[in-house]
Amino acid sequence: MKNTDLIENERNVFVNDHQKVRNFKNKLLLVVVVLFSALTAFPIILIVGNLLVKGYHQINLAFFTQVPPDTFTAMMAKSSGQIIPGGIVNGITGTILMVGFASLIAIPFGIMIGIYLYEKKDARYANFVRNITDVLQGVPSIVIGLITYLWVVISITKGYSALAGSISLSIMMLPLIIRSTEETMKMIPPTLKEAAVALGTPYHKVIFKVLIPSSLGGLMTGILISISRILGETAPLLLTALGNPAVNWKLSQPTSSVPLLIWQFYNDPNMVSLIFSSSLFLMGFVLTLNLISKRIAAKRSIQ
Amino acid sequence: MNQNIIQINQPILSIQNLSVAYDKDKLAVKDVTAGIKKNAITAIMGPSGCGKTTLLRAINRMHELYPNITTTGQIKLYDENIYDMSTIKLRRKVGMVFQRPNPFPTLSIYDNVIAGYKLNGIRLKRSERDEVVETSLRNVALWEEVKNSLHKKGNFLSGGQQQRLCIARALAFKPEVILLDEPTSALDPIATAKIEDLLIDLKESYTIVLVTHNMSQAARISDNAMYMYLGELIEYDETTRIFTNPQNVSTQNYITGRFG
Amino acid sequence: MNSEKITKYILFSASLLILIIAGGMVYSLIRGAMPAFDFFGWKFIFSTHWDPTQGHEQYGALPFIAGTLFTSFLALLIALPMAFSTSLFVAEYFRKKRIAVVLSTFVDLLAGVPSIVYGLWGFYTLRPFIVELGLSPQGFGIFTSGLILAIMIIPYATSLSTEIITMVPNELKEAAYSLGATRMEVIFNVIVPNARSGIIASYILAFGRALGETMAVTMLIGNSNNIPNGLFGTGNTMASVIANQFAEASGLQLSSLIAIGLLLFAITALINAFGKYIIKKLAAR
Ligand SMILES: Nc1ncnc2c1ncn2[C@@H]1O[C@H](COP(=O)(O)OP(=O)(O)O)[C@@H](O)[C@H]1O
Ligand SMILES: [Mg+2]
Repeated sequence: MKNTDLIENERNVFVNDHQKVRNFKNKLLLVVVVLFSALTAFPIILIVGNLLVKGYHQINLAFFTQVPPDTFTAMMAKSSGQIIPGGIVNGITGTILMVGFASLIAIPFGIMIGIYLYEKKDARYANFVRNITDVLQGVPSIVIGLITYLWVVISITKGYSALAGSISLSIMMLPLIIRSTEETMKMIPPTLKEAAVALGTPYHKVIFKVLIPSSLGGLMTGILISISRILGETAPLLLTALGNPAVNWKLSQPTSSVPLLIWQFYNDPNMVSLIFSSSLFLMGFVLTLNLISKRIAAKRSIQ
Repeated sequence: MNQNIIQINQPILSIQNLSVAYDKDKLAVKDVTAGIKKNAITAIMGPSGCGKTTLLRAINRMHELYPNITTTGQIKLYDENIYDMSTIKLRRKVGMVFQRPNPFPTLSIYDNVIAGYKLNGIRLKRSERDEVVETSLRNVALWEEVKNSLHKKGNFLSGGQQQRLCIARALAFKPEVILLDEPTSALDPIATAKIEDLLIDLKESYTIVLVTHNMSQAARISDNAMYMYLGELIEYDETTRIFTNPQNVSTQNYITGRFG
Repeated sequence: MNSEKITKYILFSASLLILIIAGGMVYSLIRGAMPAFDFFGWKFIFSTHWDPTQGHEQYGALPFIAGTLFTSFLALLIALPMAFSTSLFVAEYFRKKRIAVVLSTFVDLLAGVPSIVYGLWGFYTLRPFIVELGLSPQGFGIFTSGLILAIMIIPYATSLSTEIITMVPNELKEAAYSLGATRMEVIFNVIVPNARSGIIASYILAFGRALGETMAVTMLIGNSNNIPNGLFGTGNTMASVIANQFAEASGLQLSSLIAIGLLLFAITALINAFGKYIIKKLAAR
């Protein structure tokens, strides 16, 4: 009984432990969280809005079909209050050329290595490759530019070239594709593969008839995301592809790209309005790709 | 339906016309009215999905954590409407033990026991703290087993020990009422027996509400028992009577093991 | 040899590509950096003097190491409360609500904006604003770059920590609530301790991102070859000095830039490996 009385006593001393202060702090945290979250969302609205307002009026047919004007023409147009003539077609073709060639290298190799890692799961060597892939993914793009300069610009093409640009971009894509391939394949039900193996299907057919088809959505997401990452890359191309005032489809020649053109316009006060149009175009493209890939990923996770 | 619900004199808790709905019109507890006797063990039984957990969690307002759940009706602790109290005060007086043991994995055994004080920002002197920890662990018969590893994390404990630690954590705060939701469903028979003995000891100083879908457990240790079915309180009586002479067909079926 | 073996052999050979690239990268960077290290020795890292003038060339990387660390730490400092709040918003306060999806989409979009576009926005919008506030005469410098970097790394800091916070078991939170804790107390006493290493790892990885960001910083830091004097001082980061001076560099200067690239590579690789290590330990738990 003594124990019971003791407890009764302690219960009656209900410490009023600063309830008001605690409730106030609790509400305060919510307010702070909402405030900071809103602040986080704010820049993207500002950036997109800014580009839309400043960039839209330069986007016309010429924007997609002509090369940029020389700085004198641009200055004349600017001083007479007209829009700058010309466009960024050399950048667009350059981006297509380099991103296309980079994909041509990175996608097959990335998928092959991804499949290899998926097959080897816990092997020591595979783990090592996985870790190195992670390291590669974290290498700053400017360093990749430096490397490609040493490897390709100096040694192979003896000058700035689209090939060098493509290779730097493909080195950036590769880790992304490897990891997304492995992650996607991990989600394939093992029974699916076992069934094919049990039927005596040759291994390369298992890859092409089972592994790749049943992870197509995930592979697509990975590819689109990695493309959207490299579309806007500028730094490595400055060191490798340099830029070109004309349209160029040769891998051995210097080539422009949309971000390279933006950089060029940025350094030329007469081209200011082209900066915003090109950025608007680039960003619209990148963000759309991003959203599409998210859409594919979401669809797959629902299934 | 012929309901048989006893009246409790001077109940510590009185539940009045309580209904709880998940989402819009998915009623999980329907218009339950019942009193809970002080310093006794009240069991809530019924087949899985009949609303036992939902009813229990209404008593310390756990449902308010989830915006899709709506609760109507009233619950009084003594004469005070719990919806007029702050949750801080209510939960101080009404502690809870969950179905799966959930000690805080980042805290030591010692810190788990006094977690309530720490969470509520109550500072105790070292000696007071030590005493609270020791008494609470002795109360759940865990002291001897862990007294040499108080400052280790609790993840090496067995399921039964973890559950007793969770009961100690609830007791440390000296609540009036302890709500337990199938506290032994994840435990082996020996650990279960230990906890049952413990609950019988505890009712001397605490009021216990115990959800169980184990009938023999209810028969062994409870004083009063509720039988719920499809969200409704079908029968509420002294345990001996409900087991020997159930008034309702559904209760009869359940007790004789014809379903559930 | 049967076709099975050939296929496996091809896959294995492909995996060598990763090792060749990584190994070749280290080799070429070291070889390219050799002349600079040969010439200056350890002084290359600790000297504050960077002077490409013909005749009395001298190269020390310390100003750029300092610039990189200053901007990145500042970015982390600014990004921290934002990323932490955003994770709580998405994973705790408004979990599964439409508004949380909207916010995550915005943060995802933030990750998609090219570096050069951040640079432009920083140059044309943020910089004039900073001038107007009277914080610095030109608006270039550590502060402006750090602020832009912060915005750029928020998505990296947010995405992983959101995931980890979502994974904190509901039962632990309920245990704390049942003891009378307020939501704030649950966040700081249950959620944060349980998600701690994941949250830290995501900030480390975000910091690693900031270290190597190039274009936006190049456009905003002011490009001077000195240790930045103060929050609004100008400077250069390791990445931005490469971007800036690479085109005209040759000989010893080129080798010095490559040496800076090597240092940058080493630092980011270490930081990333550390972050990934924490994540792996977490996954194994
Ligand atoms: N979080 C929830 N959301 C929606 N419905 C729920 C939820 N939890 C329980 N229910 C439903 O409420 C009813 C009662 O559940 P519960 O109280 O857990 O039953 P018991 O504890 O008796 O097994 C069940 O039909 C269950 O499906
Ligand atoms: Mg239940």
